[in-house]
Amino acid sequence: MTLTRPSTPTTANTASVGGETGPRRRDRERLQVTVRLLGRRLLLAIPTVGLVSLGIFAIAAASPFDPLSAHLGADFQSATQSQREAVSDAYDLDQNWFEAWLHWWGHLVTGDFGWSSTRSQPVAQVIAERLPFTLGMASAALLSAAVISVILGAVVGMRRGGLVDRSVTALAAMLAATPPFVISLLLVSVFAVSLGAFPTSGARRPGDPYTVEGILTHAVLPYIALTVSMIPWLLLTMRSAVVEAVASDAVRAARARGISGWVLLRGHVVPVSVLPTLALLGTRLPELIAGAAIVETVFGWPGLAEALVDSAVALDFPLLAALAVGSAVLVLAGSALSDAAAVWIDPRIGMRA
Amino acid sequence: MRKRHWLAPAAIAAATVTGIVGCGGTGVSSEARDIIVLGESQELGDFSPMMGYGQQGVSPIYEALLRPGADGDSRVPDLVPALATDTPKRITERVWRLPLRTGVTFSDGSAFDSADVVATYRAVRDPQVASEIATDFAPIVDVTADGPDAVTVRMNTEADPSPYLLLGIAPSETIEAAPAAEWALNTQPVGTGPYQLDSLQPDQAVLVARDGYWGAAPQVTRLVYTFAPDDNTRAQRIIADEIDGANLPPKLAGSLEGREGVSVMAVKSADWRGVSLPSTNAFTADVAARRAMNLAVDRTAVVRDVLAGRGEPASTPIASVYGPAYNPDAQFSFDIDQAAQILDAAGWRPGPDGVRARGGDRASFTLLYNAEDTLRRDLAVAFAAAMTPLGIEVDPRGTSWDEIDTRLDSDAVLLGGGSTPYSIDSQVYDPLHSRVPDSSPYSNPGDFTAPGLDALLDAARQSAPGPANDARYREIQTVYESAPSAVYLAFLHHTYAARSDGWTHDAPILEPHSHGVAWGPWWNLPSWRSDAS
Repeated sequence: MTLTRPSTPTTANTASVGGETGPRRRDRERLQVTVRLLGRRLLLAIPTVGLVSLGIFAIAAASPFDPLSAHLGADFQSATQSQREAVSDAYDLDQNWFEAWLHWWGHLVTGDFGWSSTRSQPVAQVIAERLPFTLGMASAALLSAAVISVILGAVVGMRRGGLVDRSVTALAAMLAATPPFVISLLLVSVFAVSLGAFPTSGARRPGDPYTVEGILTHAVLPYIALTVSMIPWLLLTMRSAVVEAVASDAVRAARARGISGWVLLRGHVVPVSVLPTLALLGTRLPELIAGAAIVETVFGWPGLAEALVDSAVALDFPLLAALAVGSAVLVLAGSALSDAAAVWIDPRIGMRA
Repeated sequence: MRKRHWLAPAAIAAATVTGIVGCGGTGVSSEARDIIVLGESQELGDFSPMMGYGQQGVSPIYEALLRPGADGDSRVPDLVPALATDTPKRITERVWRLPLRTGVTFSDGSAFDSADVVATYRAVRDPQVASEIATDFAPIVDVTADGPDAVTVRMNTEADPSPYLLLGIAPSETIEAAPAAEWALNTQPVGTGPYQLDSLQPDQAVLVARDGYWGAAPQVTRLVYTFAPDDNTRAQRIIADEIDGANLPPKLAGSLEGREGVSVMAVKSADWRGVSLPSTNAFTADVAARRAMNLAVDRTAVVRDVLAGRGEPASTPIASVYGPAYNPDAQFSFDIDQAAQILDAAGWRPGPDGVRARGGDRASFTLLYNAEDTLRRDLAVAFAAAMTPLGIEVDPRGTSWDEIDTRLDSDAVLLGGGSTPYSIDSQVYDPLHSRVPDSSPYSNPGDFTAPGLDALLDAARQSAPGPANDARYREIQTVYESAPSAVYLAFLHHTYAARSDGWTHDAPILEPHSHGVAWGPWWNLPSWRSDAS
């Protein structure tokens, strides 16, 4: 965090002048390449989403989860055969997954997301009520994890083998091996129970309406837990990318020219090493959702991630499909955007890929 | 909503500023005292009797024709009038009449009459509604209106209808010919009870005392359920004084004992756990083997070690709370030597690997349990460990209900029951009777019986309650003991932690299998009176 930018304007200019010439034309070319990449990805995304949704229905139907037991809950054991049949009929539990898939798309194109049987609510309402919480929490955590990892990764990568590097790497490895719920419970017992600094769970004081301050105070601990759970892999990726870049011919040549410190880092190391980290960011969304599900459960955060898990267990197809396809779209968008960013930043990447 | 724009520093800065305000709990003003905040482990919503909400006549929102009433949890509660003005009166064979309370309104302002009772009972048994509790009302043939202010209930036996009159009554206008999960009532409940739903969001439901309730106005005017699915989180929120109570697993509840202002209570239930035994396994199909296994389990140790003492030993589904129907002389006592003798006499001799065998059959079976249920897992492991010294090999394995469904013939299963404890017939008949058509596959899966047991169970079902039927139930336990079909292990006590200093309230009552913060000390909220007033 000490690496703020004290003398950015001048040094940045020197760096870019030393690196390349004719920046304006190249910028326009790269913009074209980037837009073309995004367009192609969009076209590809349409059949991909169709296939992904088909796969979700097929896999969910083949899973060991029994929607009947989810519907009957505690009464599963005492339900008679005729009652089981009544429940199956009422909720269409025996519906063939392919029919269910067609059915779902048929309704979706008319704007109807369907009815969630696990939440006893329209799917659209479930999503509308919970999405802001998950989106807010996950994007805040992802953003801060990315910023912290990139900065810290660059610092320790430049000082490879040093004390800071060794301790940070060891700590990151340890954190990577610690399940998010352990971190969460630790945070709760230290900051909420022992110190009383933050509330333990929920999104507001019980009985109050939602308020900005209530949501923010309640968000702090889950936000820290989720951020901490995402830092290790980002940090380690960034570090190894920096280590690789430092060892590259380009950087050695730059060093030979007498460039060092901040200028070297910003002008020669970071542009090359941020890319793998960015690429990773777009594809690690599933881990983010899994982490969010655990954090949301521990902190009673009223988000979507837990609803996703519940809907999968109960084969609540409308909700499951909406959330899973939504996540798939996010993964596709994430990877397209991180690739676009890569093309934009790195002049070496052509449109071939 | 603006939350997506959060930035980390903003969140932390704002949190630091508001942290002192937000940490709640301490320094509550005196007006806030009539609020109770409870940590709910189940998803909020589904406030409909068709979804099993307000089961057994216990709910802040709904009322049934009758309600349970008792001075504690040591006996089966009396079923006393609620929306009815009197207990059921028998008018002819198997037909009972109940006069209804007049001048009662629902929380939506509509008037309550017999049409609502008829519609609610019709819906709960309607296959189109597919209510999960439909089978709880099997003994009722129909409920019909006898004018606007009375109903008649026709039963299929001579049994007292009272235990089946605990279904929360909803206005007939809210009844839908659609699957129960799709009803509007789930999120907009309408009942005659003392409270009505004020707001419902994914993380919180607020109930408020309503005007126009026919009974005495409750002093607790606001009831907040806050969603806290994680057991540890609920415990920590009680410690941090953010919530006034929650249900907790026994060991976690025990860890809160002795904390300032927190009282931990264990409430009796007829919620049993036991091991069903398969019919196609030569060992478990042998009645001698089933007797031996029943003698070889130290149930007291199971209660002490697995349930942290929060429970009591079970030999049959009939617990001591059933009073005169309970037979204290028909309980299995721990006697491993006698168990070994029984097995020796039946020809099950220890083999070279320590496992008993007879001919080509080994005394070995798999015990399945639902992998999501840690208590069933612990009990399965404890049972397997208890069988080892006797030379019986039990392999406990966690799996899904889906798979258990298909393996009932070949594997033992760790089962639970006791969802409708206020009717001893519902508690006993299905698990002990030999298989009957259209019953649950989990009712006596091995289809074992003892000589005369079915006849006794049928006679008890057909008969009116009273000393003669109590004697029948005692005999049922004696007969069962001679040829047990399963190994019952324990009745659970449900454990709760509450911050209830300054309040006086009714003691908890005997609880059914499903429970939560609608039960425990909060089962009858109108009884909560502040000591200050």
